[in-house]
Amino acid sequence: MNTEAVIVTDKLTKRFGPFIACNELTFQVDKGEIFGFLGANGAGKTTAMRMLCGLLNPSSGKATVAGFDVYTQANRIKQRIGYMSQRFSLYDDLTVSENIRFFGGIYGMSISDIKKKTSALLSELQLEKEAKTLVRDIPPGWKQKLAFSVSIVHGPDIVFLDEPTGGVDPVTRRQFWDLIYEAADKGVTVFVTTHYMDEAEYCNRVSIMVDGVIADLDAPARLKTKYQVSSMEEVFYALARNAVRKAD
Amino acid sequence: MKQLLVFIRKEFLHVFRDRKTLLMLFGLPIAQIVLFGFALSNEVKDSKIAVVDYSKDIMTRQIINKVGANPYFEIESNLKSATDIDAAFRKGNIKVALVFPDNFSTDLIHTGTATVQVIADGSDPNLATTVTNYISTVIADYTASLSLQEGHPVQVQPEIQMLYNPDLRGAPNFIPGVMALVLMLVCTMMTSVSIVREKELGTMEILLVSPFNTTYIILSKLAPNLLISLVNLFIILVLSDLFLDLPVKGSIVLLVFCSILFILTCLSIGLLLSISAKTQQAAMMGSLMGMMLPTMLLTGFLFPIENMPLPLRLLSNLVPSRWYFIIVKQVMLKGLGIGAVWKETLILAVMAFGLFAISLRNFKIRLQ
Repeated sequence: MNTEAVIVTDKLTKRFGPFIACNELTFQVDKGEIFGFLGANGAGKTTAMRMLCGLLNPSSGKATVAGFDVYTQANRIKQRIGYMSQRFSLYDDLTVSENIRFFGGIYGMSISDIKKKTSALLSELQLEKEAKTLVRDIPPGWKQKLAFSVSIVHGPDIVFLDEPTGGVDPVTRRQFWDLIYEAADKGVTVFVTTHYMDEAEYCNRVSIMVDGVIADLDAPARLKTKYQVSSMEEVFYALARNAVRKAD
Repeated sequence: MKQLLVFIRKEFLHVFRDRKTLLMLFGLPIAQIVLFGFALSNEVKDSKIAVVDYSKDIMTRQIINKVGANPYFEIESNLKSATDIDAAFRKGNIKVALVFPDNFSTDLIHTGTATVQVIADGSDPNLATTVTNYISTVIADYTASLSLQEGHPVQVQPEIQMLYNPDLRGAPNFIPGVMALVLMLVCTMMTSVSIVREKELGTMEILLVSPFNTTYIILSKLAPNLLISLVNLFIILVLSDLFLDLPVKGSIVLLVFCSILFILTCLSIGLLLSISAKTQQAAMMGSLMGMMLPTMLLTGFLFPIENMPLPLRLLSNLVPSRWYFIIVKQVMLKGLGIGAVWKETLILAVMAFGLFAISLRNFKIRLQ
């Protein structure tokens, strides 16, 4: 694995009034890595992700994403990242290819690039026949995979996935992860939050957030050895059961 | 710039895909105007007339018969004195009264002119105008044939008097009112709903994470609504010219310019609404209750503002449609130029750019 770091944070903190959502997060994500970001609801995952995406200004600490500073170069960061949230995030009333064209277009891709990408992407997903179908008419599993492909259509360095497989059946989830692996093989760094502990096993490294701090961070295998358990589920439980914060 | 075009294209796709809404958007002004047009033509038939004939000669009788023979009118009663007219109107069954003075035919034969009073119920201004116009035509008809008979021109001067509502507010008020209402509804509701929809869908987050400029998001949201509103404006103007006989008397450029100012104001209000609304329903209710009611009540086309209590009169100054309504009335109906409406135009311009600046500033660049 390449050891070039694409996300570096140093005591990254976000306060909302007296509430500390993220407390001195310090970690590093390498290029091409699949980095799992775990935590119970309300642990501060989404806040951390938003700061890294340039949606939220940190209260203190430092962070760079793709080599750009989150305070001063948010716009440069936005150009280099992709994002997909738990909520399905394509336009229902546009066709598959119109969606691709739109999202490619707002990243400033040229029409010919978009066309090339569109046909490559559709054949990869075996959706060629559905190019002119409205997104609302294609099955949910396909939508999810399409949404992921669209989020990396502009060739970002890093893609942030916020609980991307929420409400998806196990088979589709497995296929979804195949897509993630493919992207990672091409050098895209994947930063993913999830609730599914089987998915945590698929990550190269995971960080587990509890009450706004990173409770532990390592490869899944090493975490299991460290806590002397057989699954990530038990690792998570060992760390999260002492959480004070209620879910939001 | 290219990104902006991509975005605007997407917005238009949204609009054109949603056939139902599209139909409603363009159906709204047409329905309002057609309804109004029908209401207008139906009511005039068989209007009941009261007659006060002080002269009681052959000519007055001829005129009365001529009026009575007209399908639009029906002679309801012969009153003895003009003092009974008010009571007859208050009973509500007559729409118009004719009063022939003493010496009607003597005056007509000797001096060549005579007057007849035409008194109409101004509280129903549409009807009053139409009815008095018809009667004037019938009388003009009669004098024309009489002139031929007599061999020299004679003239009967109808003296038109409106009871209860002397300056006839209402009739031509309708079109400017519909314009204000339709533009306000389309702009405010469409804008707020289309932005809140992206929030609900989760696509707003994607847009905010992208390098796409927030100002561009707003501009592209406004573009289709601006176009739809201008098309609506055009439909209303054409329909009112064709069916209601209300052409644009003044400068169309001035009218369109002021309409754009008003549209911009409404779009900005829609933006402001979308900032606080969490769901599409909330946005829709907000625009209906928050904008439609004040527009209907405080614009002056349903209820005259002059008759309102002071607090409401002061409040009406804040309603943009009130100023737009005045401009449309002056420019479209009276044919006045910028000299007559510069004050209202200025107020509208300040509102438009002020609200636009506020909504731009408040539109959250970062999702909280």
